[in-house]
Amino acid sequence: MSIKTVNLCHVYGQGTALEQYALKDVNLEIGDGQFIGLIGHTGSGKSTLIQHFNGLLKATSGDLLYNGESIYAPGYDMKQLRSRVGLVFQYPEHQLFEVDVFSDVCFGPRNQGLPEEEVKERAREALALVGMDESFYEQSPFELSGGQKRRVAIAGVLAMHPEVLILDEPTAGLDPRGRDEILGQIEKLHRERGMTIILVSHSMEDVARYADRLIVMNHGEKIFDDTPRNVFRHYRELEAIGLAAPQVTYIVQALRREGIPIDDSLITVEEARDAILRLVGRAPVRDGK
Amino acid sequence: MLRDITLGQYYPVDSVIHRLDPRTKLLGTLLFIISLFCMDSAWGYGLAALFLAVTIRLSKVPLKFMVRGLKAVLVLLLISVSFNLFLTPGREIFRLGFLKITWEGLRTAVFMAVRLIFLVLGSSVMTLTTTPNELTDGLEKGLGFLKKVGVPVHEVAMMMSIALRFIPILIEEADKIMKAQMARGADFESGNIVQRAKSMVPLLVPLFISAFRRATDLAMAMEARCYRGGEGRTKMKPLRYHRRDRLAQLLLVLYLAAVIVLRVMI
Repeated sequence: MSIKTVNLCHVYGQGTALEQYALKDVNLEIGDGQFIGLIGHTGSGKSTLIQHFNGLLKATSGDLLYNGESIYAPGYDMKQLRSRVGLVFQYPEHQLFEVDVFSDVCFGPRNQGLPEEEVKERAREALALVGMDESFYEQSPFELSGGQKRRVAIAGVLAMHPEVLILDEPTAGLDPRGRDEILGQIEKLHRERGMTIILVSHSMEDVARYADRLIVMNHGEKIFDDTPRNVFRHYRELEAIGLAAPQVTYIVQALRREGIPIDDSLITVEEARDAILRLVGRAPVRDGK
Repeated sequence: MLRDITLGQYYPVDSVIHRLDPRTKLLGTLLFIISLFCMDSAWGYGLAALFLAVTIRLSKVPLKFMVRGLKAVLVLLLISVSFNLFLTPGREIFRLGFLKITWEGLRTAVFMAVRLIFLVLGSSVMTLTTTPNELTDGLEKGLGFLKKVGVPVHEVAMMMSIALRFIPILIEEADKIMKAQMARGADFESGNIVQRAKSMVPLLVPLFISAFRRATDLAMAMEARCYRGGEGRTKMKPLRYHRRDRLAQLLLVLYLAAVIVLRVMI
């Protein structure tokens, strides 16, 4: 399963006074089972890009190949594509509409035309994946808490059994606990099911922790595409485009400026902690988790 | 998709028409529309065409945007033209079965079409050069005298500007929800009318909920800033007539006078 873009361009409002490039010659290939972090400041084209991946937006020019097939070819089955590439929008809880949680999750698989038994099976499974037990099934989705609503909405996409899962800022507006729960569940899907994940995020800490590849967008162009370690080495360039590196990177850099020989590729708090402990001659602590 | 719907479509350039006081533009549009219904000769329409052409030119808005507004009335235009064309009695010039075209019918149809087109273009000049906020400001001030007879002018104007402000927001919201449901395999395009109406439920329910949520938030934000209605409320930028407004009003009066003269003379 791979997504490949070839010189993908998207222009909003073509032919009007407000014409502007949202994407400019984006070339990238997303392989099977990767966990990708997609970052960029507001308006950098991230959201536009991910909406191309499942064909919701059509490129102004350029091509997008899914498993080697152009999705713009005449007669390409968009519905099929959308069930393979699951897209969870920002604030997905705004899409809930059914009378109870269970029927809302059934909406996706039912649209896929599956038999009723399988629809229900998938809904149960998806709700279990996001940690919503049977006591919620009969509840109105509008009575749930913010974090619960969001998990139900994510389950609504998971129930379609996508091969690629794209999440647009899935943790925006959640408290730290809700954020950790959702990211943990996404990580689990990636680890246990080998699902390809594309995580759009504004939190450098989150992408540093979870992603194994980082794509940085700026003004509709891809400017970095590398491992988080390598990308965050360019923290000054990132700052210039309104982003930053994880906070711990700054601590490491400050230590190095003081002449302390610490590895400069550390991007998570745990790594930095262990490196500092080694430097002061103590054994790394075992993660208490 | 939904984004293509333009309503109250302001075209942001700087021109003398843009800078006019909204009250002048409202008055101008009103007079122009009245003048269209006064005239019944080619000369009159010629004068209106000239007036319109000059105004459009001055507004620096590309003609393409003006014409876009015509699409909405195309059906209405076709219906009224064909009614007039075929159903007016008079000297016959063409006949196909029971359908006949008369000189009088042709004349009325053409005038009717021109009148409708001018009407739309004329009001487009106003909506394209005036932001919705200016427009409601203009209405509020211009109709302020109605307050004396108990019409809640301020409240109506405030409701209008909020409604206008929310149209693009709701369109964007609808677009987003539609995409989110399409990502879940929803199909808004195919099927018969019953199926299509049913397929709107996943769009309309979230849209209504979000509209209510926004309304509560806005009401709260307004109260937090001590909004208590129009009583004693002052404006940060009160509307004032400038020299260009006086000039424009003078031109309008001249135009109207010319239209009346043409009507009486010919």
